[in-house]
Amino acid sequence: MIVTLIDYGAGNVTSVARVLRRLGAEVRATNQPEEITTAGCLILPGVGHCAALLGSLDAHGLRQPLFAALSRGTPFLGICLGLQALYQGSAEAPEMPGLGILAGRVDQLPQNVKLPHMGWNQLRAVRSVRLLEGIPPAAYFYFAHSYAAPSGGAETAALCMHGREFTAVLEHERIFGVQFHPEKSGAPGAKLLENFLRLAA
Amino acid sequence: MTLARRILPCLDTDGERVVKGVHFEGLRDAGDPVGLAARYNAEGADELVVLDIAAARDNRPTFLKTIRRVAEQLNIPLTAGGGIRSLENARAVVRAGADKITVNTAAVERPELIGELSREFGAQAVVLAIDAKREGDFWQVRVRGGRAATTWNALDWGRRGVELGAGEILLTSVDRDGTQSGFDLALTAAISRGVSVPVIASGGAKLPQHFLEVFAEGVADAALAASIFHDQVQSIRALKLFLQANGVEVRLPC
Repeated sequence: MIVTLIDYGAGNVTSVARVLRRLGAEVRATNQPEEITTAGCLILPGVGHCAALLGSLDAHGLRQPLFAALSRGTPFLGICLGLQALYQGSAEAPEMPGLGILAGRVDQLPQNVKLPHMGWNQLRAVRSVRLLEGIPPAAYFYFAHSYAAPSGGAETAALCMHGREFTAVLEHERIFGVQFHPEKSGAPGAKLLENFLRLAA
Repeated sequence: MTLARRILPCLDTDGERVVKGVHFEGLRDAGDPVGLAARYNAEGADELVVLDIAAARDNRPTFLKTIRRVAEQLNIPLTAGGGIRSLENARAVVRAGADKITVNTAAVERPELIGELSREFGAQAVVLAIDAKREGDFWQVRVRGGRAATTWNALDWGRRGVELGAGEILLTSVDRDGTQSGFDLALTAAISRGVSVPVIASGGAKLPQHFLEVFAEGVADAALAASIFHDQVQSIRALKLFLQANGVEVRLPC
């Protein structure tokens, strides 16, 4: 299985690649438009500021090929900001459009709790979740973010709660997203990535 | 669904080997960072912190190699710091495999460093380390490994650091560090209640009861310790079982 890892300069590319290789995948990290167009399976890891991710996609001419790949059903996993980028936009970078594959906007979590939402939290599945198969329902995953996707969309597969409920796992046909960092979430995180590789095959 | 309180083992290194001391002084060898990292990863540590406490001796290439070797062992987050004075230093540490970076003395000397790091890596990756020592009715920020005084009050500095872009505070009590007499609960509660970001309590841990107190009375979001874990005085799993039995939300690996 060859996984194309979109390398826009985020800090977590190395650790995502390391877990994927341990799972037996061949990993190609790229910021080249043509490699996204020809990819059989795409992962967009993200961490940091939303403007850095969207700005970098534009600077490298990746926005259109990525949108096209998602539209024709190339299996895709967005991690953290990679999930948030699927929506129409984010309050973190209001002047920049998101990929707009999914309806809705990413907003800041409420300020009556400590931000960033930093550490290990659990999920509540709202339906059967393919990415979570074989993972105990009480498993914890590692989060590090202050902005989050809405909770009520048809794509929402599992929720998490910090100040408000938000989409922690989304599944929309062959498009998947997780707000947490599976590459930093111990055995359950590795299992989730293994599930994605199986679903993408 | 509640955010779990975190337990963080800390490896103080001379760049290459884990060392330990009391009150930031009298260092002695405490082991191999790679072996300890693998053990803590397996035992249920929530994150690992690796600090270069001899950074003044400018052993950067060795420390970067240590970060790389440690990162390879982990499937939990890694925080690294000690001697980070510039965006360039921080980039090297992140490239070596750290998810978060800590800044301490350099941020006091040049607070804009916090904003520079936050804009590049995001607030969630910038941990402001504050060493605080009680002086009468307030806590004074100390730098250079706790030895040098500053004009900052710890609460004011914590708030300023958050305004500038820090996403977390690693708060060490200079008075308690290495004493194994328990965390400074009043200090921890004052800072944790006074800032909008998570606070990691550090300095003075020995007994499970100390951790329970720092989460309850100290309202800490995470607690850090070093030698009690290195010396196997305390196992992380047993500590978490104790905390869970006493009503603290913790992550027990499945």
